[in-house]
Amino acid sequence: MATQEVKMRVWRGDAKGGAFREYRVPAGEGMVVLDVIHAIQATHASDLAVRWNCKAGKCGSCSAEINGKPRLMCMTRMDLFRPGETITVAPMKTFPIIRDLVTDVSFNFERAKRIPAFKPKAKEPDGTRRMVQEDIDRVQEFHKCIECFLCQNVCHVIRDHEENKKYFAGPRFFVRLAALEMHPLDTNDRLELTKEMAGLGFCNITKCCTEVCPEHIKITDNAIIPLKERVVDEFYDPLARLLRKIGGK
Amino acid sequence: MAAENQYETHEYDVVVIGAGGAGLRAAIEASAQGVKTALVCKSLLGKAHTVMAEGGIAAALGNVYPEDNWKVHFRDTMRGGKLLNNWRMAQIHAQEAPARVLELEEWGALFDRTKNGLILQRDFGGHRYARLAHVGDRTGLEMIRTLQNHAVHQGIDVYMECNVQRLLKDGERICGAFGYWRESGKFILFKCKAIVLATGGGGKAWKITSNSWEYTGDGITVALDAGADLIDVEMVQFHPTGMVWPPSVRGILVTEGVRGDGGTLKNSEGKRFMFNYIPEFFRAETAETEQEADAWYEDKKNRRTPDLLPRDEVARAINAEVKAGRGTPHGGVFLDIASRRPADYIKRRLPSMYHQFKELANVDITTEPMEVGPTCHYFMGGVRVDADTTATTVPGLFAAGEVAAGLHGANRLGGNSLSDLVVFGRRAGLYAAEYAKNFTGSLTVNMDEVEATAQQLVAPFDGKGGENPYAIHADLQDCMQTQVGIIRTEKELKQALDKLATFKQRLTQVSVEGNRQYNPGWHLALDLYSMLEVSEAVTLAAIERKESRGGHTRDDYPQTDPKFAKVNVVVRKRQGELRISQEPLPEMPEELRKLVEEQK
Ligand SMILES: Cc1cc2nc3c(=O)[nH]c(=O)nc-3n(C[C@H](O)[C@H](O)[C@H](O)COP(=O)(O)OP(=O)(O)OC[C@H]3O[C@@H](n4cnc5c(N)ncnc54)[C@H](O)[C@@H]3O)c2cc1C
Ligand code: SF4
Ligand code: SF4
Ligand code: FES
Repeated sequence: MATQEVKMRVWRGDAKGGAFREYRVPAGEGMVVLDVIHAIQATHASDLAVRWNCKAGKCGSCSAEINGKPRLMCMTRMDLFRPGETITVAPMKTFPIIRDLVTDVSFNFERAKRIPAFKPKAKEPDGTRRMVQEDIDRVQEFHKCIECFLCQNVCHVIRDHEENKKYFAGPRFFVRLAALEMHPLDTNDRLELTKEMAGLGFCNITKCCTEVCPEHIKITDNAIIPLKERVVDEFYDPLARLLRKIGGK
Repeated sequence: MAAENQYETHEYDVVVIGAGGAGLRAAIEASAQGVKTALVCKSLLGKAHTVMAEGGIAAALGNVYPEDNWKVHFRDTMRGGKLLNNWRMAQIHAQEAPARVLELEEWGALFDRTKNGLILQRDFGGHRYARLAHVGDRTGLEMIRTLQNHAVHQGIDVYMECNVQRLLKDGERICGAFGYWRESGKFILFKCKAIVLATGGGGKAWKITSNSWEYTGDGITVALDAGADLIDVEMVQFHPTGMVWPPSVRGILVTEGVRGDGGTLKNSEGKRFMFNYIPEFFRAETAETEQEADAWYEDKKNRRTPDLLPRDEVARAINAEVKAGRGTPHGGVFLDIASRRPADYIKRRLPSMYHQFKELANVDITTEPMEVGPTCHYFMGGVRVDADTTATTVPGLFAAGEVAAGLHGANRLGGNSLSDLVVFGRRAGLYAAEYAKNFTGSLTVNMDEVEATAQQLVAPFDGKGGENPYAIHADLQDCMQTQVGIIRTEKELKQALDKLATFKQRLTQVSVEGNRQYNPGWHLALDLYSMLEVSEAVTLAAIERKESRGGHTRDDYPQTDPKFAKVNVVVRKRQGELRISQEPLPEMPEELRKLVEEQK
């Protein structure tokens, strides 16, 4: 793909309102959507607001909706689209608009504060911490989360229901809770919270979150469903709970 | 006119600027010492450079090689830094890194494990033993998230997307900081007793770089403006392996872990060329044949492969191969792990490299070689600090992490940055808190000065000159890339100085459109101020050091010069101008010197 002109529709505006604006810029080989947004900034609209940092899919800053699909702009190549196709870039819908492609994601940072901290058990008698790789594999999957909040954006429980944000932590935080719950060293108990305040019950396992996760974390299968099972054991099945307590986590 | 309540104002004992590994660790420590602490960062929390770190964190835990200990780590660090390091920092770093890594584990980090269930360690350039604790190739993510969660649970006040532009002083002492909220463009004033700078480096002034938009050298600039000393700023690390193709990803980092895990560099003739570039300084400890090099991966009693020489050596070698016409189609060299390790091993050890090449370059690293070339990566130089306390030369101002200088000397070893962040981040928090507690006097912010700064910061909106900040930035990047790059000459450095002067002139003519709300054009116009100041400091220091050493290579002075082995190049700002001088390095105690001089 040599340099060719691409047609972009980018949402411009702020909390008061806005609209899509069309831009035409040259795109070279291998370019990603974020490159094109930067080209628009440099040549057409120096004040076009966008968040980004690593440009390599590692920081989770550049989330947006590209042709209606929640994606990282820095990992979406332009040659994914048909030549001549107009590409639409919009901010994430679930969060309040600040400006252009930038949204107010503070909901997530507030939610994070409410998750009870990691509380490790005592060390081994020799003063070390021993864990086998197999036991931490599943937690390491959750630790891959780059906090792009695309899963939060796509989850229908909060996407069209601002009022649910009070009761629902969202898939990113189910991943976080699962990571803590399954951490071999952790001793804190968060199941009550998971059930009551994080609103795990609202999730009806649509798997939309898993589909958009750029880190390919199996949010629903590996985090949410096991958490739901634990909650059931804890509150409705005293025997299973007892067995789990005896057998470690 | 200068009414105090004109600006949003907050009072703290300690304000930490920067929320990467260094800033987070500093804030955690300061707050644990019981002083009122704020953490300020210009991106969202958790997005700092630290999140991108891949290969690992260096600490002589001795989990894989029990022979390893702080003395070996100290020696490797000093030798990697071509002995320009501050020996005391290198000593503290090597001694304290293991405790800081274990502390991360206490806070929930999950490093990859050895068969015995301990923290696994991997090989990296310049480290004699496998020393880097890691999580696949996303160690920085694990580290920043662990620190971030810990800090959040401590209840530290965090100011995100808040950009500090100036430090404020009462007489000689720090008394506050002034900046703006990116979201609203409104100003914010911090009054405080002590400040910890943890703002990272300035690699965004180069065109081919692994650094993000944040690396505009703000911390170095505000420190200079406040009267602090800089040292070693001519020492810019070009990481040997950045992506080179396609053009839009040029510069994105390819972790040294690829070579640590068995990958080798080859030229277009298929030759492992690093054997031709073994410098005298490292000859005794480097393998001379391919068999010997490959045997080293299995047993560290063999000498190490030259693929893992320190970064400055490898970057220069790649540069030379490409110049000699033995480069790849896109002007790099090949990095091949596909023919050397099984596909599932590569995917398990280097998942994000696999992903990055697959998605961004259509290259499957388990079946094809990568194309790589040098990319601007790290500032060894920066703000001069006291080794034990991280205090700068300005009372009340402390600095840690990439913004501070001394630990890495002329060249940083891979993995030594993440450990630097937690070792000296903790110390910065500790000593800043102590300073704040002991300070009993009163401090007054000069509101006229604040008002004047505020006027300057909004000036680009009234600019009639029509200069586009993006255009100035692109020209600056071209200039630094070609004239203050890996290989330097006096002539080109002086040309660069002339150009920098014209860019400064152009910056006074800059105009930005739109309003103050989340306006990247305006932000860039302000960032250019620090990028230009840092670029000038680097260029002046590069002219001053008339020798080649570590990250600084002079075509017109290709040898290391014993005279320059004993001095730091110091930059300070006086009467609005940058002044350069040479000052003696601290003298290393005899027993440590012996350690360093041991051959193998
Ligand atoms: C791709 C990549 C891979 C790397 N891999 C490794 C590795 O494997 N091992 C290793 O040891 N090192 C590695 N490094 C180097 C290492 O990651 C960095 O040197 C280190 O993370 C810097 O940390 P820091 O805390 O000093 O700064 P950063 O993490 O960069 O944080 C700087 C902070 O300062 C803030 N800031 C800056 N300016 C301002 C301002 N004006 N106002 C307010 N806030 C401001 C930023 O918002 C940010 O929060 C890597 C670097 C890169 C780029
Ligand atoms: S699976 Fe649950 S959390 Fe995920 S999107 Fe669906 S409802 Fe939301
Ligand atoms: S779980 Fe996946 S989609 Fe959700 S925030 Fe983390 S990385 Fe993003
Ligand atoms: S910029 Fe970091 S994920 Fe896109």
